[in-house]
Amino acid sequence: MSINVTPAGADVSAAAEHGTGRHAAVPAQRARRRAKTPLSENKKAERRLGWLLCAPAALVMVLVTAYPIVYSVWLSLQRFDLRFPDQREFVGLENYATVLTNEFWWTAFGVTMLITVVTVAVELVLGMGLALIMHRTLVGRGIVRTAALIPYGIVTVVAAFSWRYAWTPGTGYLANLFGDGAPLTERASSLAIIMLAEIWKTTPFMALLLMAGLALVPEDLLKAASTDGATAWQRFTKVMLPVMKPAILVALLFRTLDAFRVFDNIFVLTAGGNETSSVSMLAYNNLIRGLNLGIGSTMSVLIFLTVAIIAFVFVKLFGTAAPGSDDGERR
Amino acid sequence: MADIVLDKVSKRFPDGTAAVRDVDLEIADGEFVILVGPSGCGKSTTLNMIAGLEDISSGELRIGGQRVNDKAPRDRDIAMVFQSYALYPNMTVRENMAFPLRLAKLDKQTIDSKVEEAAKVLELTSLLDRKPANLSGGQRQRVAMGRAIVRQPKAFLMDEPLSNLDAKLRVQMRTVVSRLQKQLGTTTVYVTHDQTEAMTLGDRVVIMRGGAIQQVGPPQELYDHPRNLFVAGFIGSPSMNFLHAAVEDGKLRTALGDVPIGERIRRQLEGADAPRELILGVRPEHFEDAELVDDDTRRRGMEFTAPVDIVESMGSDKYVYFTVDGQRASAAELEELAADAGADFSGGGASLVTRLSAESSVREGEDRRVWFNLEKIHLFDPSTGHNLTLHEGRSGGALAD
Repeated sequence: MSINVTPAGADVSAAAEHGTGRHAAVPAQRARRRAKTPLSENKKAERRLGWLLCAPAALVMVLVTAYPIVYSVWLSLQRFDLRFPDQREFVGLENYATVLTNEFWWTAFGVTMLITVVTVAVELVLGMGLALIMHRTLVGRGIVRTAALIPYGIVTVVAAFSWRYAWTPGTGYLANLFGDGAPLTERASSLAIIMLAEIWKTTPFMALLLMAGLALVPEDLLKAASTDGATAWQRFTKVMLPVMKPAILVALLFRTLDAFRVFDNIFVLTAGGNETSSVSMLAYNNLIRGLNLGIGSTMSVLIFLTVAIIAFVFVKLFGTAAPGSDDGERR
Repeated sequence: MADIVLDKVSKRFPDGTAAVRDVDLEIADGEFVILVGPSGCGKSTTLNMIAGLEDISSGELRIGGQRVNDKAPRDRDIAMVFQSYALYPNMTVRENMAFPLRLAKLDKQTIDSKVEEAAKVLELTSLLDRKPANLSGGQRQRVAMGRAIVRQPKAFLMDEPLSNLDAKLRVQMRTVVSRLQKQLGTTTVYVTHDQTEAMTLGDRVVIMRGGAIQQVGPPQELYDHPRNLFVAGFIGSPSMNFLHAAVEDGKLRTALGDVPIGERIRRQLEGADAPRELILGVRPEHFEDAELVDDDTRRRGMEFTAPVDIVESMGSDKYVYFTVDGQRASAAELEELAADAGADFSGGGASLVTRLSAESSVREGEDRRVWFNLEKIHLFDPSTGHNLTLHEGRSGGALAD
């Protein structure tokens, strides 16, 4: 029997030995190897149980997530328009070339990026402020937190309609705020309103995630900083933020991924008019309204890839290692 | 460097509880003062008020002759060491120690030399580029000390800095702290709940209970001349034995026999409102195996016989536990001390802890004749806790005239 290097390999050989019975001359090296990774019946059973417990969740994930993803990738490689089902044909990456050279796609991509960057940045600042308030409030803590979380509790479409009516000329209470115009009929103001609605709606979520991060900062650390001579701002930037970094990154990641897939607010507020479509809107228009399964799926796959890249960048480049561990980026 | 004066300093929380009541304390320049007491006695709150981390409800706090009640912590020029060490996890040891200097906007060269110097004193030089997460408890503690000493502040405030260390390291660090303080000569206020730390470290010890100071003095004075029952019970390990004593016919009837009393105590007990019941306090080392006591010494005390419960041989001496009949002493102070020590179980009857010579041939289970020194006993009024044997700050035992 050869000596396996990996612990898993050792398990296999140990099991094999168990089956064939004990040899008279077990090499001493082998014995040491086994001593390092003892694999009792108990441990094996535990490992098996682990897999069994994971299995149902893994199965459901495969059914509801992996299958649709693989299927859309398959669709994106075909010319497949439901209006002309006869022309269905495998075309390789032709759909990707079509989408990536199309100006509508890039306009939508730009709009989406703009919305993502602006809303997430504003939400981070406002959310941090809100989190600090919720964290520090001594009186009426419950009421403050509940009030802050109300926007997040409202269904996005409902909230979007209330914004739309508010900006509708003639009846809306906000419509005449900036002169006589109809803000939702112009591109810049439409985008501003979309972003406002997004920020209003999701800042509480950001605050909630950041508040969990604030709880990670030990009180003693802030006390130590103030006796060391730090002002309130220095305590915030030099002590709180670095310690909270993992929580901030998680919050940013969640919000960026969500923001990039923005749909409901645009759908209700402008329906994509005046070049305010996001990539999700565009994919929807092609896939569901245009019945072009090939192009629509291509867009969906591209959105999926972008989201994956964003997540990768967050996890790998910014690093989500806890502060204080030496394997972080600075040493 | 500076002196610290607390003038009737009080702390009341919004819900009305008073954490600290009228604390008067003068800490001289360069002095090492220990605040000690059971949990909830207000010692940490007092320290936080000196640091500026808690507001002062009333009274005045002066550091170096200047009123600092309304000054922010960073304007008080004090350094604090926390029980949790409170090291910044994102910074290396060097950055941690340099942090207060960087905030003070010193130039880089001065910062470097100061950090190196402090690191050398605390033997941290080889650890300067590590993060706190990769240090042992003792090393973290030293970094916390280092961060405090680099700035050469007016005063050090230490909030149970050694409580998170294991017993052996704690004893080691105790001498480090003590040596460091003597070397630097910086005024230091040190909070602990450990009476051994208080006894061994401080120039003066402040014993607190329920937000008020019970007694202030050098450790030995607190040990020999406790002003009240609480101080007597808190200082000393094993702690003082307390027995119920009834005043009858000019004598004290106790479980150890009838204890005679001197002229001065008798006069005190003659008053109409004088207590009829007292608490007798004897420290373990004031007992001795009667066989080992010479005649001269024998005359200064009295003897009793009691069954030996447990013998613990410590090498240098023996801790012998006796069971004695009779009522157990009871007073609010004693209950509080027992609760703080977590000793809510003490079996039936009264138990006596004695510290006898190692030569004693005492054995478990036998009845043994034991002598105790009458000149060293204390008598306490159970209702007020006052030490009746105390005369002009000195304790004279029960026989004093």
